[in-house]
Amino acid sequence: MNKVTALLVSALLAAGVARAQDPPPTPPATDQQKAQDDRIRKLEEEVQALKDAQAALRPEAAQVGGAGGSAAKALNPDISLNGDFRGSLGRNGTRPVPGLEMHEAELGLQSVIDPYARGDVFFSFGESGVSVEEAFVTFTSLPGAFVARVGKQRAAFGKVNSAHNHALPWTDRPLVTENLINGEEGINDMGLSVSRILPVPGDLFLEATAQVFRGDSGELFKSSRKNDLSFVGHLRGYEDLTENTNFEFGYSFAQGHNELGHDFLTRLHGIDLSLRWKPLRRSIYNSLLWRSEFVWSRRDQLVSQERAFGLYSSLEYRLDQRWTLGTRFDWSQRATQASQLDRGGSALLTYWMSEFSQVRGQYRFTRYEGRQDASELRLQLVFVMGAHGAHPF
Amino acid sequence: MPTRSEPCDNEMPIRDFSNFEPPMRNLMKIRWNARRPGYATFSLLAALLVALFTAQPMLAAGKLNVVTSTQDLAALASEVGGDRVNVIAIARGYQDPHFVEAKPSFLLNLRKADLLVLVGLELEIGWLPPLITQCGNPKIQPAAPGYFDASRFAQILEIPTTQVSRAMGDVHPQGNPHYWLDPQNGLRVAVGLAQKLAEMSPMDAAYFQQRLQDFRKRLTEAERRWDEQMKPYRGRKVVTYHQSWPNFVKRFGLQVVDYVEPRPGIPPSPAHVVELIGLMKRQGVKLILVEPYFDLKTPQSVARETGGQVVVLMPSVGGNPESGDYIRLFDQNVSLLVKAFQQTR
Repeated sequence: MNKVTALLVSALLAAGVARAQDPPPTPPATDQQKAQDDRIRKLEEEVQALKDAQAALRPEAAQVGGAGGSAAKALNPDISLNGDFRGSLGRNGTRPVPGLEMHEAELGLQSVIDPYARGDVFFSFGESGVSVEEAFVTFTSLPGAFVARVGKQRAAFGKVNSAHNHALPWTDRPLVTENLINGEEGINDMGLSVSRILPVPGDLFLEATAQVFRGDSGELFKSSRKNDLSFVGHLRGYEDLTENTNFEFGYSFAQGHNELGHDFLTRLHGIDLSLRWKPLRRSIYNSLLWRSEFVWSRRDQLVSQERAFGLYSSLEYRLDQRWTLGTRFDWSQRATQASQLDRGGSALLTYWMSEFSQVRGQYRFTRYEGRQDASELRLQLVFVMGAHGAHPF
Repeated sequence: MPTRSEPCDNEMPIRDFSNFEPPMRNLMKIRWNARRPGYATFSLLAALLVALFTAQPMLAAGKLNVVTSTQDLAALASEVGGDRVNVIAIARGYQDPHFVEAKPSFLLNLRKADLLVLVGLELEIGWLPPLITQCGNPKIQPAAPGYFDASRFAQILEIPTTQVSRAMGDVHPQGNPHYWLDPQNGLRVAVGLAQKLAEMSPMDAAYFQQRLQDFRKRLTEAERRWDEQMKPYRGRKVVTYHQSWPNFVKRFGLQVVDYVEPRPGIPPSPAHVVELIGLMKRQGVKLILVEPYFDLKTPQSVARETGGQVVVLMPSVGGNPESGDYIRLFDQNVSLLVKAFQQTR
């Protein structure tokens, strides 16, 4: 016991000696230093409080399920809606249209699907119901620089057939489309399309497209058997003549069975020509586009083969940022009875309110074979909501 | 005008479709042909596909093919890539980058590209996405290694903090895409490009790095010069036609009080022009900066009313012959501004 006490006492003494040898204690802090220390302590406390608050939030965020949270919305497809409202004055006994009509509201859902493909789906809501305007997957990463499209799609026959209504420079479709290529619906079928840019010398752009469809396109093609497929081929050439002027030409071919049955074919050949002038420095103010399409139809009928021809030629000139003038000439025989010839002419004026809405007026005179002449004033408001689409070319 | 009697089929430019037959005269023949409607076409298509598959485009050997959406990005890619890369720009510097036409001739370059450099932030949304889809080049599809969105490297201004709508005009929901008009952003993009090019061509990494350092040095010297020139005019107020200049005015200490367009992408209206004239008079604003692709009529009439001056400033490399590269673009703009400020003192 005594030994322990002696050890403790000596330890205490040693500690006392050691303390006595330490440097003298620092003088008491001044008021200024104290204030600074306080401020730093306060800031440190604030930082700690913020960190605690963040830490408290984090575990909750981590608990949110895989599909939850607004971040998932980032993967939603681009949604757009194209509206097409139409009005009509005048009389057309052959192909009447309503006086006022919400012709179409087209809902578009577009997105990249995966690293290999993108999807484009368009639903058309019209007065007669809802239809799938187009729904296709484009495979963009195929070997050999091929681009493939699978699904329901407007066929690559000429220029007008592949365009949606709201992208057309008119309120209607040309007579040749009405008479020979299934009207507004056109060749629009389920199938497969493959296209590729062809390697040609020089600056010429040449692209070939081959398409196979189920064989159902309204009154034009009708498949009565499973293998009554229809085919479309398109060769597209393009050349920049100058920086501001370019020329595009195309040859199209389509073949399918018609409504008379398996043994009856309809074949179409088409040529399309476009000449564009758009000065780069003034592209939003002035431009000129001349476009014509020529279509030859050969249709097997019960006792003979009917050959019909039709064309349209269109010219549009952009006067300034807001106004565009246009004109179109129509000339077309009828597919089932080529002796019947319809002719027409149109004058158009388009007012550009913004990139997202335009108002268009079209005066249209049509002389239908054997029927009363039609003289109409057609008005159209097209608008787009949502995702910014591509400008038509 | 062709008439019904003309033998249209014989005029077709392509004659090797084996089922293009001369006019058929009897029903039997139609039937025979109809029984085999697809085989000939199928074999033709197959032959065509095989022919195309074997005919791959010739690529420029050894050099990386870089396609950029604008000439600004092409200038930066050339600064870094030097003679080890082929650089081609799609839009010209004097062209409105929002309204470029998706010409098929651009596809000829895109299909051969190893790297596509774009501005991003939806600047090219009206024309570049369809070109990318149609070109058939897997290397430059979105998120592929050859898809380079330069906006990821830049400091972006005017990122909306509230709900955006088209009532505000053609707004860019991810921020203002004209970010290359701050030289520091040009440098940031160049740094990103040097990394990307080095990844794609590791043998040339040191070369790209050396060119980047050289560009950095020249740009830093030039920035010192521009700062010196613009120093007397810091804080000056200006009007611009379109919302193209936030990065530029921030960098050089200018202040934009209003735009000639009432809202982005909307043509100037008479009511807005009256307001603009009043504002410029009240605040003593004398300069109206206009991009080369906008009409000068409205800005000039505003300038006449306010005793101001219209300056056609270059928003992009190649906007005029004097702004041929990235540093000369700023040289040109700074000297145009200095001259205009001196004249409207």
